[in-house]
Amino acid sequence: MTRAMTPPRNPKTTRRVSRILMYVLLVVLAICMSLPMIYTLSTAFKGTVFVFEYPPQFIPKEPTFANFVNAWQSNNFGHYFLNSMFTASMTTIGTVAIAATGAYAFARLNFPLKNVFFWTYLLFMMIPGMLYIIPQFLIAKKLHLLNSLMGLVVFYVAGSVPFHTFLLRGFFQSIPGEIEEAAQMDGASRWQVFTRIALPLAMPALGTSAIFAFLGSWDEFTLALTFINDENLRTLPIAIRLFQGQHTAQWGLIFAASLIAMVPVVVAYVGFQNLFIKTVNEGGVKT
Amino acid sequence: MTTARAMQVQKRRQGRRGDALFALLLVLPGFLWFSIFNIYPAVYAFWISFHKWAILGESEWVGLQNYLRIFSDPIILIALRNTAVYALATIIGQIAIGFVLAVLVNQKLPFMKFFRLVYYFPVISSWVVVSLIFIFLFNSEGLVNFILVDFLHIMAEPKAWLTDPATALVAICILGIWKGAGWVMVIYHAAMQGISSSVTEAAEVDGASPWQVSWFIVFPMLKPTTLFITIMLTIGAFQSFIQFYIMTGGGPNNQTEVFLSYMFTQAFKYLDFGYGSAIAFSLAVLVVSISLIQQRFFKEGA
Repeated sequence: MTRAMTPPRNPKTTRRVSRILMYVLLVVLAICMSLPMIYTLSTAFKGTVFVFEYPPQFIPKEPTFANFVNAWQSNNFGHYFLNSMFTASMTTIGTVAIAATGAYAFARLNFPLKNVFFWTYLLFMMIPGMLYIIPQFLIAKKLHLLNSLMGLVVFYVAGSVPFHTFLLRGFFQSIPGEIEEAAQMDGASRWQVFTRIALPLAMPALGTSAIFAFLGSWDEFTLALTFINDENLRTLPIAIRLFQGQHTAQWGLIFAASLIAMVPVVVAYVGFQNLFIKTVNEGGVKT
Repeated sequence: MTTARAMQVQKRRQGRRGDALFALLLVLPGFLWFSIFNIYPAVYAFWISFHKWAILGESEWVGLQNYLRIFSDPIILIALRNTAVYALATIIGQIAIGFVLAVLVNQKLPFMKFFRLVYYFPVISSWVVVSLIFIFLFNSEGLVNFILVDFLHIMAEPKAWLTDPATALVAICILGIWKGAGWVMVIYHAAMQGISSSVTEAAEVDGASPWQVSWFIVFPMLKPTTLFITIMLTIGAFQSFIQFYIMTGGGPNNQTEVFLSYMFTQAFKYLDFGYGSAIAFSLAVLVVSISLIQQRFFKEGA
C-alpha cells in the first residue's frame, strides 16, 4: 500500500544519493582508520608541555622540530637507524640472491627430490615462526651470533627463503620458455641463460622481493629483542620500545623516533602501492 | 639413423643429468641455509620440550612432564581464553570491516586509489610502533577517553584501559582489527573483481540496493575467499605476540597473557626453555588442528 503511494523512483537521483552516501561512508571510515596516525604525527611536533594537553589538540600549538632533533642526536637514533639500515640491506641482498637461484630451479628445471624440497618449504610457511625462537637463540649462542647484526641477518634470510622462493618461482614460470630455448640453441650454457636472460627479465619481480625483504627485516622485533643485548647494536624497533620503557611520558620524542623509523615504509608504500596490492592478491601475503 | 637417434637420446639424457646437477647447485644453498636455521631448530625445539633444560651443564630428560604441566597450569587456561577471545573478536571485526571497505573501494568512482591507500596503510606499519600508539591513545588522559567522555558522553569518567585486564583486551582487539582490516579488504576486493557484473546488475535491475546485492549475492559467492581469510587470520591471531608484549606485557598478574607471551616469559625471563618449548609445540598443534577443522567445516557447509 505504502509503496503505491510513493512517487516512482528516478534512477538518476537514486544513483546520485547512493553515490553521496558512499562517499560519506568512505570519508568517515578513512578518518577512523587514519586517526591514530594523524594524532601520532601531531604529537611528534608537540613540546613536552603540550603532549597531555586537555582537551587533546590535533593541530599543535607552537609546533616544534625539537623531538626529531633530540631523537636523532641525544638519543642516538641516528646510530640505530644505521644499524637497521645495515641489517635490512644485508638481509635483502642475501634473501634475493638465494631465493632467485632457488626459484629459477623450481620454475624451470627438474631435479631429484624436487617435490620434497617444495613441500618442506610450504609446510614451514604454515608453522608459527616463534615456535623455534628458543632453539634459534641456543644455536645463535653456540655459533657466537648473539649480539651481532650479521647474526640477525643469518636468521632473517633463513626465515624468508620459502616465501621469496615461491614469489619468484611464480614469476619465472610466467616468462615464456621460448626465449631461453632459443638462447640454448645458440650455444648458451645453462648458467648463461639464467644470468643473462632470466635474471634481467625478472628484474621487476626481484625488485618486489627486495622491497618485501627489506621491510620485513626493518620491522622485525622478536628475534632482535632476544639476540641483541649490546646497546650499540640495537635496531630501531628495539630502540623505540626500550625508549618508551625508560621515558614513559616523553611521547613526542617516542613518536618522532617512530616516524623516523617509518620513513622507508612510507616511501616504499607510496611509491609501490600497486605492487603491494598485487603481491597481496597473488600470494595472500600478510606483512 | 639408429646411431644418430641413440646419440640424440644420450645427449638429451646427459643434458637432463646436467640440468639436475645445475638445479641442485641453485637450490641447495638456500635449502641448506633454511635447514640449518629453521628446520633444525624446529626439530631441536621438540627435543628440548622433553627436558628440564639447563643452559650450562647437563639437561635432564623429563619425558612428558613439561606437557603434563601445561594441563595443570592455570595461566595456560587464561592464555587460551585470551587467545580465543582475541582471535574471535579480531577475525569477526576484520572480516566485517574489511568486507565493507572492499564493497566501497570496488565502486568505480574517483579517488578510490587514495582510499585504498589510507585503509591499507595500517597493515604495513610496524607492530611495535602501532602498539605504542595505542598505549598512548588508551592512556587515562588519552584521546579515546576524551572522545568517549567529553565528546560523545558515552562514559561518565575516563578509564585506565590498559591496567584492567578486561578493557586491556578490548584495546588490543581494537588494535588488531584496525591493523588488519585493510588486508581483508584487498583480498575481498580482488575476489570481487572476478565476479561477473551481469549477476549483480541483474539483481539491481530487480530492485536490490547495492548493500543488498553485496550481502545476499556477493558475500555468499565469496565463500572460498572467506575461508582463506578466516584460516589466515586464525593462524595470525594465535601467533600474536608483539601487541600483547608491548601493550600489557601479559600483566597485571598474567591476566592478559597469550600463548606466545607466556612462552616468551617462561623461556627468556625464567629461562625455563623446556617448558617454553612445550608451550610452543602445543600451540603449533592447536593452530594446525583448528585450520584443518575450519577447512572441513567450510567444505561440509558448502
